[in-house]
Amino acid sequence: MTDLLQTPFHAMHVDAGAKMVPFAGYDMPVQYPDGIKTEHLHTREHAGLFDVSHMGQALIKGEAAKSDLESILPLDLDTLKPGHQVYTFMPNAQGGIVDDLIVTCWDETTYFVVFNAACKEKDVAHFTGLLSASTSLELLDDRALVALQGPKAVTVLQQLAPECASLVFMTGKHMSIDGIECYVTRSGYTGEDGFEISVPAAQAEALAASLLASPEVKWIGLGARDSLRLEAGLCLYGHDMDDERSPAEAALGWAVAKSRRVGGDKEGGFVGADLLFAKQRDGVAEIRAGFLIDGKAPVREGAEIVDEDGEIIGRVTSGGFAPSLNAPIAMGYVSAPFAIIGTKVSALVRGKPRPMTVAKMPFVPQRYYRG
Amino acid sequence: MSEVRSELKYLSSHEWARVEADGTVTIGITDHAQDSLGDVVYVETPEVGSTVTAGEEAGVVESVKAASDIYSLVSGEVIAINEALEETPEIVNESPYDDGWFFKVKPSDLSDLDNALDADGYQAICDED
Repeated sequence: MTDLLQTPFHAMHVDAGAKMVPFAGYDMPVQYPDGIKTEHLHTREHAGLFDVSHMGQALIKGEAAKSDLESILPLDLDTLKPGHQVYTFMPNAQGGIVDDLIVTCWDETTYFVVFNAACKEKDVAHFTGLLSASTSLELLDDRALVALQGPKAVTVLQQLAPECASLVFMTGKHMSIDGIECYVTRSGYTGEDGFEISVPAAQAEALAASLLASPEVKWIGLGARDSLRLEAGLCLYGHDMDDERSPAEAALGWAVAKSRRVGGDKEGGFVGADLLFAKQRDGVAEIRAGFLIDGKAPVREGAEIVDEDGEIIGRVTSGGFAPSLNAPIAMGYVSAPFAIIGTKVSALVRGKPRPMTVAKMPFVPQRYYRG
Repeated sequence: MSEVRSELKYLSSHEWARVEADGTVTIGITDHAQDSLGDVVYVETPEVGSTVTAGEEAGVVESVKAASDIYSLVSGEVIAINEALEETPEIVNESPYDDGWFFKVKPSDLSDLDNALDADGYQAICDED
């Protein structure tokens, strides 16, 4: 696999003893010698450092950037002030989802977007196909991205960049960390308080070294990133949503800005709006739900969900062992009448039904810092 | 470097077998296997009293990463399972050859083990991984 891309932290991962695997075209660390369970629990108790440089970072700029983005995404950018960010999804014209992403307003003509590694090409194609001629999309290929996540993240980062403590969840700021110019947001994909730091590739290793100098901070691989986000009830594109699933089925209606919903001041007007509204009006056949599994056997992606008569009523899209709960958990799509919290269903694991209960997500309390 | 014990027999699918003094055979997964799997979170052993067949599936081990079938090295009746694995599957990681054994078989024909690998043969397979 000589054609795999490497992030600027690649040598550091190898030095740290990481098990490297191909992921979205990159050679990425799935775990370090401590293992996924220990890395997961370390993040929940201390601070974990994640290399997420494989993700796409771009600036969308221009006088028409705001109106262009509002025609592509179900956002209200009049309410997104500079230094604030929002989770959103990019609907396609067929009623599915191109990708999910975070949009941060740098100023009224400059928006910073972060999107999934595996979707980079199609996202760029989708954006460029819809942006006005005067709006530019600049891929920030020369920047790395790291996430520092966990209850000690703020204590650690504050030592190097005191300003970071003034950020609240889903806000960001340009700041210098130990002399390195970065863009820092208070956000993440673990359910914990923490930061995502965009850093020039040339200074990425120096930044990681400064952060790792704290005994609270350890590298965390993609394995624990997945178990952490699943416990936090967060979707993974390509698994829990895709080009075909409606945002209504994915239970992402909350991510549509109030003004863009039916009856809002700026109702609709984004790609796929009519299809989304129709699903919301007519109801969906299947909906995304969380599951707590009886016993210890993990229920994994692809497992069929059945009712008490053995009829197939859905499918698991993410599943695994939750280290913080010391139990298996899953996320998946079930026929709407079963998607009520407390409903007993089963998943077929090696042909045997494993009882499970529809559960509220997140599975663990979110600990975002809201000021 | 993973431990390979000279007194055991192995399958290329990373199970080990030990012939006990009473002629029964204890089966588990190797140090190399537990290391590649990562944190073991669940083990499905065969039932006591059931019959297992040499070279065929006898159970499943699940780590945080994936599920893997466990194969038996001998045919015979399952006479014991390691009940500690139900509550503390992590002992497979901590002690794959001792406390983390999976099940014991009363073999119908011990010569099944003649088809298994010895320590050198198994070490060669680990080296290729």
